[in-house]
Amino acid sequence: MPQFYGTTVDSPLMLGTALYPSPAIMAQAFRAANAGIATVSLRREGGAGQDFHRLIKELAIPVLPNTAGCHSVREAVTTAQMARELFDTPWIKLEVIRDDDTLCPDVIALVEAARLLSDDGFQVFPYCTEDLSVCGRLLDAGCQVLMPWGAPIGSGRGLNNPYGLRSLRAHFPDVPLVVDAGIGLPSHAAQAMELGFDAVLLNTAVAKAGDPVAMARAMALAIEAGQLAHAANPIETRDMAAPSTPLFGMAVLG
Amino acid sequence: MTDITILGSGVMGLCIATELVARGLAPRIIDPAGKPGAQACSWRAGGMLAPYCEAESAEPVVVRLGLGAADWWQAHGAEVTRRGTLVLAPSRDRAELDRFARLTQSHRPLDAEAIAALEPELQGRFARGLFFETEAHLNPRAALLALRDRLAEAGITIETEGAPTGLIVDARGLAARDALPDLRGVRGEMLVIRCPEVQISRTVRLLHPRIPLYIVPRGDGIYMIGATMLETGGKYRVTARSAVEMLSAAYTLHPGFAEAEIMELGADARPAFPDNLPRLRRRGNTLFANGLYRHGYLLAPAVARMAADHLLDGQTPEFMDENHP
Repeated sequence: MPQFYGTTVDSPLMLGTALYPSPAIMAQAFRAANAGIATVSLRREGGAGQDFHRLIKELAIPVLPNTAGCHSVREAVTTAQMARELFDTPWIKLEVIRDDDTLCPDVIALVEAARLLSDDGFQVFPYCTEDLSVCGRLLDAGCQVLMPWGAPIGSGRGLNNPYGLRSLRAHFPDVPLVVDAGIGLPSHAAQAMELGFDAVLLNTAVAKAGDPVAMARAMALAIEAGQLAHAANPIETRDMAAPSTPLFGMAVLG
Repeated sequence: MTDITILGSGVMGLCIATELVARGLAPRIIDPAGKPGAQACSWRAGGMLAPYCEAESAEPVVVRLGLGAADWWQAHGAEVTRRGTLVLAPSRDRAELDRFARLTQSHRPLDAEAIAALEPELQGRFARGLFFETEAHLNPRAALLALRDRLAEAGITIETEGAPTGLIVDARGLAARDALPDLRGVRGEMLVIRCPEVQISRTVRLLHPRIPLYIVPRGDGIYMIGATMLETGGKYRVTARSAVEMLSAAYTLHPGFAEAEIMELGADARPAFPDNLPRLRRRGNTLFANGLYRHGYLLAPAVARMAADHLLDGQTPEFMDENHP
């Protein structure tokens, strides 16, 4: 099971708490997914909503508050500080958005905010791109986990750059890596785990599915399959067929 | 005659009073404000009677119980506009339209020409849409006042103080949270604009992956734009972000809305239970009727009927707490 900043979580599925038809369905989805971590947007849901906060607590799993909707270092730092107060956790999923259409991370501001927050005792989970040098800078800034996107938030496009994610895995074999955002289908989640990622974070794919509870279960199964497959040391792909029965010695008929 | 006191003169309280009067009872109504108004979150509602559209995010029971709402309101003196709901998405969010169509029923697809035939001012602005022909809307404030007037004709006035007598129907919405710990507030912000230059005659829903909004015509060039859905309870204020989102939605629908006069910005919190479905809950002498969430005008008639069934005949209706999952 994945470990983040010394805490082992029960499942590699990190599930968001936004956009569900109701809190009751959200809770059912969390149970069906056996999610290890619940992410909560402070600006959109967590802020003043003590009632929603209570519903999140009833999920009885670790909460990872996020800074969704922040566009600057200062906003992100302030929001992180509020989150620490509200949820009593040093964890913060750091999002600094550059562009509202793609919700593309502003990696320059992200590195700066990550450094400020790490220095302040936060344990930062940065939502980043799969760029190697950005990821290296985030580790330099004090992050001990990286959360590159698969595709833009909510787009459901899966892993846009499997090559980039694979090289990230190879470059940072000991850093917990999470694919965050862009997952639309269980096969996408399975693929991330097959690449050797430690966890997957998703929200829209489950919350906006016609049956969120069933989709949550499907995601959990796919993640388990991907994880098993990675641990089973899969075969390499090759260009030529490799017959599974030996040709040599086969009876020649006729 | 059964002695019943209803607490609250929002949409829930007045619908229950109306239903009881229709069955020959004369309930008392107590509301410190003395009349329907801004003390009730139903004062700031959209007034859409759109059961099929709601299926996008609501349970099937909301559709089934909401189907009778338009007739109920019309039968009890409210002016109901039956022009259907037009569902549109900007071309970049077209996938949202497909998703909405998959999750809902009783609609037909529209192309640009068909959209223009329904709403000439939208000509050339949207390539595709959905039309929910049988849906309706009303003006919530006028509807509540119409109920109030009919009740007054029947001799029922809204008392501002005094002790409840007999059976108590608690329809105080979020204010009943002191007795209903599982009730929460889901914040909503709304906007009323006047824009006689733009003439749209039916409810339009504009789909967006994060901020779906709707525009309901109120007549005389007045439009209600709403409503945000935020799990932040508490502060009943309108944020700049929400105002920008609502105005952007209007502008996306028709650029003419840029010239609109802003008449009102409002915020309130809808009372909701964890499954976002309403509840009747009997505790001793008190029947709580609450949790209409975003379906006040759509579901209040059905919940009022169930409350009356329970109060008069001792029935255990569908939305009694015990029947809930």
